[in-house]
Amino acid sequence: MPDGSNGTRSGHALSLRSLSKHYGSLAAVDNVDLDIPHGSFLTLLGPSGSGKTTILMSIAGFVEPSGGQILLDDTDITRRPPDKRNFGMVFQGYALFPHMTVAENIWFPLKVRGISKSAAGDKIRAALELVQLGHLADRYPSQLSGGQQQRVALARALVFEPDLLLLDEPLSALDKKLRADLQWELKSLHQRLGTTFIYVTHDQEEALSMSDEIVILRDGKIEQQGGPGLLYEKPATRFVADFLGKSNFLTGKITEITADGFAYDVGGHSLVQDGKPAASLHDTVLVALRPEKISLSPDRSQMPNALQGRISAFNYFGAAYHFQIQTEGLGEVIATVPAWTCAIDPTVGGEIWLGWEPNASVTVRES
Amino acid sequence: MHASLSRVYWLLIAPAVLLMLVFYIYPLVQVLWISVTDPVPGFGNYMELIDRPLIHRIWITTLRICVITTSITVIAGYAVAYAMAQVGERQRTWMMFCLLLTFWLSVLIRAFAWVMLLRTQGIVNTGLQEMGLIDEPLRLVRNEFGVIVGMVHFMLPLAVLPIYSNMTGIEARLVSAARGLGASPFEAFFNIYLPLSKPGIIAATILVFVFSLGFFITPALLGGGKVVMISEYIQVSFEETLRWGQATMLASTLLFSVLLSLALVARFVDLKKVFGAR
Repeated sequence: MPDGSNGTRSGHALSLRSLSKHYGSLAAVDNVDLDIPHGSFLTLLGPSGSGKTTILMSIAGFVEPSGGQILLDDTDITRRPPDKRNFGMVFQGYALFPHMTVAENIWFPLKVRGISKSAAGDKIRAALELVQLGHLADRYPSQLSGGQQQRVALARALVFEPDLLLLDEPLSALDKKLRADLQWELKSLHQRLGTTFIYVTHDQEEALSMSDEIVILRDGKIEQQGGPGLLYEKPATRFVADFLGKSNFLTGKITEITADGFAYDVGGHSLVQDGKPAASLHDTVLVALRPEKISLSPDRSQMPNALQGRISAFNYFGAAYHFQIQTEGLGEVIATVPAWTCAIDPTVGGEIWLGWEPNASVTVRES
Repeated sequence: MHASLSRVYWLLIAPAVLLMLVFYIYPLVQVLWISVTDPVPGFGNYMELIDRPLIHRIWITTLRICVITTSITVIAGYAVAYAMAQVGERQRTWMMFCLLLTFWLSVLIRAFAWVMLLRTQGIVNTGLQEMGLIDEPLRLVRNEFGVIVGMVHFMLPLAVLPIYSNMTGIEARLVSAARGLGASPFEAFFNIYLPLSKPGIIAATILVFVFSLGFFITPALLGGGKVVMISEYIQVSFEETLRWGQATMLASTLLFSVLLSLALVARFVDLKKVFGAR
């Protein structure tokens, strides 16, 4: 029972073994191997058409895989019907039953498990308390706000103590502020319950803020997988660097390889970068540079990488300035600086200097 | 609203209102009037509802046939509509085409076709006899069986359309959600899909029942004079026995029973919602 105590129930582990789903000649999911440790919060992140929802639906049992296996704690559940899996699921748009009250919606999974409404009373109340909706038990879903419906869907998916909780873009229909609140709630719920959460989203902020582990999908394949910090700081490919946050991409030729880094040339600028390049001398190298890791100054920066530019546009966001800067050689560069420490005068056409440390940027593969 | 604009609106619907008044409301009032004035003023005609066993019998036959027809039609229509809601786009177009195809044939021809199929020397009886399943031909027409077969056939699209239209509004995800929460396919259907398709079922039931009450050609032909329903008896009273008072009384009673059944249903459901007016 979701009683709020920590660690009373350890979640279950799930493994995908060469999971595939073909629709005609299209591979929506292409040979995916994935191990989801028990009790973790794993997010499948990707643009639409990347296969994230198909993977979730295969785990839930609504989509029959064309190949491969799904293992729950080493038991093969690939062909098990959805109602025999004991997974909780929160659908996009919530899928609350419109002809049932909130309490009846939450009772439903218990009812089909043979528990009468009176016997289920305590569990229903506890589930409603868990999502802070105790006072709305007798309302119908149509009488609730989006955020409240979302919480009911969550309570309904958790009341029967599922082995896994599957969430399909549960926050996508909510406004920004509510979404941020529910991100906190979901995360704390996960910590309290210890249930394994598998979360699907195309929203990188949601993925970064809640997950223990993020799997980035592209065209049905896993592009990169890791903790949020690792993925953000060390993207392996251009796709990841671009999809998770924003990046400037610098394509240059390696001119020198040193013990702890290399020098490369981009449009006549000699730049230095930490770390071993995947390429050899005179080969092309691709470097990703996050906008917030660039410092802007009125005069030439003391940093090893420095070049001049002209502000072509900027936006003020209260907390930060976002600049678009036209440079010679590097083309247009985007940079984000905290507004209250902004050292330069934000005017369009202003001449400024950009600078960054050799460890600020990271080399990535083209694809 | 602007006063002159409202006058324009009235002007626009005036022809329709006039048409209704002259060709619908006026004859209706006439019918009601004759039923209490012919042959003598008073409620004498209506006393026959209580006094005459023949009219009791006809009413009971009519109601029985209506209830059986409506039950079979709505259940069969539900199955067809459910299939239509589940299949792919291509199959759905074909199913809809076949369903509406029956509308292209006149009710008279359809009734005769059923007589040809079901009569003693018809294809059904001879077929069963040749297969050795029966020795004597079955009596399939000139009885209630034949009437119900013909009526169900005619009413089926009337049941399918409202049910199907209601089903297209049911989110498929809700059934998936129920399955995911642990409901078997049957539990998901009976707990989620069936309750959500209730408005369609009610609309179809009302439509088919009201149509059945006043049905004339099919019962007259397939009943072959042996199964007499109210509307056929009204025709007999009007044209053969020339008892207009009795005929108009029965016609009025038919109208009142339709209104009564609508009023009964309206106690339980919002009819405006069922028929899409809200």
